[in-house]
Amino acid sequence: MIWTKAIVAGALSFLPALGLAVDVERGAKLFVQCQSCHAIGPGADHKVGPHLNELFGRKAGSVEGFTYSDGLQSAGIDGLVWDVEHLDAYIKNPVALVTGTNMMFGGVSDQTDRADLIAFLRAYSVNPRDIPESLPSMAPSDPDVDPALLAIKGDAEYGEYLSSECITCHQSDGSDQGIPSITGWPEKQFVTVMHAYKSKARPHPVMQMMAANLADEEIAALAAYFKDKK
Amino acid sequence: MVNRRSFLKGAVAGVALASAAPSVIGQAKPRVVVIGGGAGGATAARYLAKDSKGALDVVLIEPTRTYYTCFFSNLYVGGFRDFSSIGHTYGKLASDYGVTVIHDWAAGIDMDYKTIALASGSKVTYDRLVVAPGIDFRYDTTPGYGAESTGRMPHAWKGGSQTQLLKAQIDGMRQGGTFVMVAPPNPYRCPPGPYERVSMVAHTLKQTNPTAKIIVLDPKEKFSKQGLFQEGWERHYNGMVEWIPASFHGGVKRIDANAMTIETEADTFKADAANIIPGQRAGNIAVSAGLTNDKGFCPINAETMQSAVNSDVYVLGDATIAGDMPKSGFSANSQAKVAAMSIRGDLTGSRVFKPKYSNTCWSLIATEDGVKVGASYEASEGKIAKTTGFISQVGEDADLRKKTYEESIGWYNGIVSDMFG
Repeated sequence: MIWTKAIVAGALSFLPALGLAVDVERGAKLFVQCQSCHAIGPGADHKVGPHLNELFGRKAGSVEGFTYSDGLQSAGIDGLVWDVEHLDAYIKNPVALVTGTNMMFGGVSDQTDRADLIAFLRAYSVNPRDIPESLPSMAPSDPDVDPALLAIKGDAEYGEYLSSECITCHQSDGSDQGIPSITGWPEKQFVTVMHAYKSKARPHPVMQMMAANLADEEIAALAAYFKDKK
Repeated sequence: MVNRRSFLKGAVAGVALASAAPSVIGQAKPRVVVIGGGAGGATAARYLAKDSKGALDVVLIEPTRTYYTCFFSNLYVGGFRDFSSIGHTYGKLASDYGVTVIHDWAAGIDMDYKTIALASGSKVTYDRLVVAPGIDFRYDTTPGYGAESTGRMPHAWKGGSQTQLLKAQIDGMRQGGTFVMVAPPNPYRCPPGPYERVSMVAHTLKQTNPTAKIIVLDPKEKFSKQGLFQEGWERHYNGMVEWIPASFHGGVKRIDANAMTIETEADTFKADAANIIPGQRAGNIAVSAGLTNDKGFCPINAETMQSAVNSDVYVLGDATIAGDMPKSGFSANSQAKVAAMSIRGDLTGSRVFKPKYSNTCWSLIATEDGVKVGASYEASEGKIAKTTGFISQVGEDADLRKKTYEESIGWYNGIVSDMFG
């Protein structure tokens, strides 16, 4: 971990100017939980997951020589680029941001922990000045939805009507033919993902538009309908 | 109107329902008849039958046994699809959903007697009627060009044999020949369609006839996804496509299908193959039934898709004045679901929710270079109004364009199973 220290020391020189209330050293310690799958720093190579050098500003799923899940590649093509907001969302709950990711990681729930981890990760990207200083206070990308939204009881009958808008594109039999399957999802996942589109954390423009037009009860209604749809 | 009335009156008094298909007579269930088995009509029939679970008697009147979609027909022209892959039949609507499918032309509608006269002479009565006839042409926008010219200069703006004829003519062009398209004036079916077609013709000619020219004579000054198409034409088909707006050619003065010439104010163009897309209005049956306004399209209630003329009649798709919604298969499919919900609520007491409408139009510019434009809509102040939308951007990377194309294939599979089961 000698190299970590050195680079972080260099990186730290710009951090005070940005006025960040983050602790890079603490982030380095937290990174231990990532290390079984990810390497970072000079000479870092892919492990189970890709190396994390030059992560900021990189299109998701785009490092040469690493075989990504279809889900992550697809998110990258749709426009997912790793910045503070999206990394924060991903580290918090990987599957909420990227359906079908291979990153089998439960997520870091503590916001300070995530901020420190991200501060550590950003030290290994070349253009840190282009990186937003801190999370926007609104956290519009936060895909970990308000428990109140998850608690809404969906009206499956209303969901059936609303679903007719979905199945013009998504196959009602659940098959994936260029457009992903949306049947049989657990309600929580469905609601979380739809709110991630609504907040524009997820990048796909059609889905952002569809979600923007759905009220919270309508998202719950769709989740209630699709969970039992095979 | 007088002809229709007198024609139907005698019929209703006389043979009345006797000659309709046996399964549609003598029932106590409310009957909903759908005229037209395209994106609007087939979807409406399927949703009415599926969701009413036997409580409604659903009859679909559609003249063709195999329906060739107009959407994706350009991909056949470009060599990306087999013709058979865009053909669909109504078998499942009958077998799986219990829809009575009558392959006949609807010749007239009597809204007082709630009766439809079929070309074969039969009559069908209805409790609620869905009219989804698509478009017919207004040949006054193309002087010299009429129905008799379509064998020489196809419009190919209804799916089926016209599409095949157009492709055959493109394939038969002499080397270095000229393809001329006369694009339609607004409003017309499928706003990006003519320009996707130009892309697909260029794609074909680039391979088989690279010195050929494509001339587009447009009555408009701008068109759907213009920046995306023009950028794509330059990138993929450099110099092959010449788009000429009305301000340059001064208007089409005369089309001669025998001489294969198109005369404009500015110049006369000699075509080796031509695609003339006239101005459009609602399908003939909607006009003869009196459902259209002076512009030739059908005003509707934005909450339900009911005709503004008669509340027992619903109109769908390209035939309607649907506010901000473009005329597209996607739009018609979306409108059909609103209408089906409203009709079920009316006849069976099922729940009726706030109408929601949406549309996306994908277009293919070249191999794996797909673009899209779309929006969501709601009923607002008496019209269908756009809420939010999106459009592909110039300069998107190749992966995204490829994904957009793949998405369009997914959508095609989705919508045809939503229409035909």
